[in-house]
Amino acid sequence: MRLKWLAAAAALVFAGQAFAAEVKPAVVYDLGGKFDKSFNEAAYAGAERFKSEAGIEYRDFEIQNDSQREQALRNFARRGHNPVVGIGFSQAQALEKVAKEFPDTKFAIVDMVVDLPNVRSIIFKEHEGSYLVGMLAAMASKTGKVGFVGGMDIPLIRKFACGYVQGVKAVDPDAEIYQNMTGTTGAAWNDPVKGGELAKSQFDRGADVVYHAAGGTGLGVLQAAADAGKLGIGVDSNQNGMHPGSVLTSMLKRVDNAVFKAFDDVKNDTWTAGFDVLGLAENGVGWALDDNNKALVTDDMKAALDAASQKIISGEIAVHDYMSDDTCPAS
Amino acid sequence: MDLLTIVLVVDSAIRLATPLLLACLAGLFSERSGIFDIGLEGKMLGAAFAAGAAAGVTGSAWLGLLVAIMVSVLLALIHGFASITQRGNQIVSGVAINFLAAGLTALLGQAWFHQGGRTPQLLGDARFKSLTLPGADALAGVPVLGPVYSELISGHNLLVYVAAAAVPLTWWVVYRTRFGLRLRAVGENPAAVDTAGISVTWLRYRAVIICGVLCGLAGSYLSIAQSAGFIVNMTAGKGFIALAALIFSKWRPWQALGACFLFGLLDAIAIRLQGVIVPGIGEVPVQLMQALPYILTVVLLAGFIGRAIPPRAGGVPYVKER
Repeated sequence: MRLKWLAAAAALVFAGQAFAAEVKPAVVYDLGGKFDKSFNEAAYAGAERFKSEAGIEYRDFEIQNDSQREQALRNFARRGHNPVVGIGFSQAQALEKVAKEFPDTKFAIVDMVVDLPNVRSIIFKEHEGSYLVGMLAAMASKTGKVGFVGGMDIPLIRKFACGYVQGVKAVDPDAEIYQNMTGTTGAAWNDPVKGGELAKSQFDRGADVVYHAAGGTGLGVLQAAADAGKLGIGVDSNQNGMHPGSVLTSMLKRVDNAVFKAFDDVKNDTWTAGFDVLGLAENGVGWALDDNNKALVTDDMKAALDAASQKIISGEIAVHDYMSDDTCPAS
Repeated sequence: MDLLTIVLVVDSAIRLATPLLLACLAGLFSERSGIFDIGLEGKMLGAAFAAGAAAGVTGSAWLGLLVAIMVSVLLALIHGFASITQRGNQIVSGVAINFLAAGLTALLGQAWFHQGGRTPQLLGDARFKSLTLPGADALAGVPVLGPVYSELISGHNLLVYVAAAAVPLTWWVVYRTRFGLRLRAVGENPAAVDTAGISVTWLRYRAVIICGVLCGLAGSYLSIAQSAGFIVNMTAGKGFIALAALIFSKWRPWQALGACFLFGLLDAIAIRLQGVIVPGIGEVPVQLMQALPYILTVVLLAGFIGRAIPPRAGGVPYVKER
């Protein structure tokens, strides 16, 4: 018995020595917190998966305000954490500054491009996933009117909206789409009351399916949909289980895979800096189908979405990316 | 804009104005007695958290409301103790309450529920649900009266009706009862009240407790009626807007109703007009729509309401003898 313990301890020590200098992962979440049931929680899930699979602890930090970003990133870098992953586009400035100060530390940022030799910029093709859920919304809608509630009014969220609109129009060219943004500051990610009001105002105008890309604000959107007996569409994480039967589907953005891969690549010494663009083809985005929404999605709908995914991957359907030229061809 | 659109915007305004109104009336009682209360925000936040937590654990909205009122009254008594008994600075004490509530709710929420400071999602009886008033469905088909009654007046949750009833009640208490007369007097000239043999301290404590109860209702409305659970900093400055409404209304209940409804209406219009194409102008930018309530507030405050004079003894601790 004692021998076994000794062996285990020795293995741990060796493992520790082998990796200590190399992998000490850290992650800094965006405003909204790590349990926002959405974007940040996906990152948390990825980090947790790494912890359970590789058996390596990681450190994380939930910022409370914008000024903490830089401090948190610098603290992790100074203490020898490697890699340091920043979640969210708003980390870009802080990350750029800190990455220059610590050229030997490997950084990764989700949702933004930081062009430095030690930074990996992870971008998702949200427009492709949004296109698919847009198609599903149009097929599920009985009124021919659907809604979109965004968080902060930034090009990234317009990219979600634009992909969604294109998907809706692909199924029903006459469909009417109401688009609302919650706000223009970071607080727009965490205002479920406003999100609920926006959703209610869209339901009042006849919409019966509403898609949110609004982090914590979206909880209010999904709640309003469930209260009104309409359908909501979740985002980033799988939110189908929040109100079973009232969430049509969720647009998955596999931030978890991206975080896991960033940690894992450093562990396996396969780290690369530069761009990492994840779309349907790379399994970076998708839509969620599970027991909670099985009854809402018919076989025809599923077949149509599968066909469309194939066409997007093969390039037969080109979904316009709002951020490429800051305009959307459909509205 | 057709009638239904107007009805729906006003409907949304009522939902948004309710927490402001309750907090504004809370401030009215406290400030009329001569205790300035910057801590409305903190009391609402504390109450919202308590309501969300208690309702989440017990599954009962009524227990949530009860605990919320208890927490809010406790915070009000801390403010009362500091500013009445200890004769401290009322602004400093109020700010301290705000910080205390903001920090404690986030910390306790994280420690108890491990959801980033959020309380569990509330289902079923853990929330105050919309009430359908008798005859709402039957009247729905009647033109004009139908939509107004079934959409506007019926279909809100209990706390909305409580807030509406609180306005005439506050008016009656403040202007038609002995307690109200003394309350107003103690805010203007506590020495005179003291000379008449009435305890200034006890009177002010009672005002502060009423303030706590109303803030408890406001906080509960946010977390267990309007939403389904508490989230970090969910009051988002509503306590301060209520304070602005209080000054706007010159510390009078009916005017407070008007001011709070105006703020709610502007918010509702901002939500509704987003992305709407106005003839001749095109799509109105989101930023402008969101700034509209604030622009109008400044314009109205600067040009239309005239001078707002607070209760004379407000902010001054009462010293019986030197």
